[in-house]
Amino acid sequence: MSVDRRPLSPHLQVYKPQLTSVLSISHRITGVALAVGTLLLAWWLIAAAAGPDAFAVVQGFLGSWLGYLILFGFSYALMYHLCNGIRHLFWDAGYGFELETVYKSGWATVIASAALTVIAWAIAIVSA
Amino acid sequence: MAGNSVRSMRTPLARVRGLGSAKDGVHHWWAQRLTAIALVPLTLWFVVSVAGMAGMDHAEAAAWVGSPAVTVLLVLLVAATFWHAQLGVQVVIEDYVHGEGCKLAALIAVKFAAVLLAVATIVAVLRLAFGG
Repeated sequence: MSVDRRPLSPHLQVYKPQLTSVLSISHRITGVALAVGTLLLAWWLIAAAAGPDAFAVVQGFLGSWLGYLILFGFSYALMYHLCNGIRHLFWDAGYGFELETVYKSGWATVIASAALTVIAWAIAIVSA
Repeated sequence: MAGNSVRSMRTPLARVRGLGSAKDGVHHWWAQRLTAIALVPLTLWFVVSVAGMAGMDHAEAAAWVGSPAVTVLLVLLVAATFWHAQLGVQVVIEDYVHGEGCKLAALIAVKFAAVLLAVATIVAVLRLAFGG
């Protein structure tokens, strides 16, 4: 009757990573990262309201190499969480649970999030 | 129905209310989905808009935030974003933080921070809109 002898699932140390499990934990990781990233959205808009000097500080930070690195990660995390979130909404509605469909929608999420990120940066580069 | 009542320990009233042990029912789940659906168009609009104004100066940013349609969409974006974020972080905390005291403190901190940031950001948007 020992409760601590019960099997745990999955054993992450020995469990082979799969597209499904990697995308699943990535959804959570990007979600937490985006929650932290909301600080940047708040800072940007609050600085804009505070005036030109405060706004110049934010824009200066975002224009640094660290700023670009954060913005690039932010944009990919956002597009990934958005695409995989749509995948989750289809599951919530009861669709797409067949193994083949799960893998197809998984790869579609990977490709679409990368494509949307590239499109966003292409717009930014053309506009700058 | 008679067979059901023998098997279930739940009262018919508890079952018909459908609120479960957390007394919350599906409210958390529903709010997370509702904000998710709202955030799909709002996020795509925001990303395309700010990407299209890359390198903007303060005057351009202030004019953009203060234009009526943008003000409305930004307020909706900020509200939905922080609502969705704190619902999601709540689930992560409940999954990984097991000490009751730590869990409660973390949940309160996240909820307070989300409301504080959301209100501060929305007020910033409105100040730019109404020239306060």
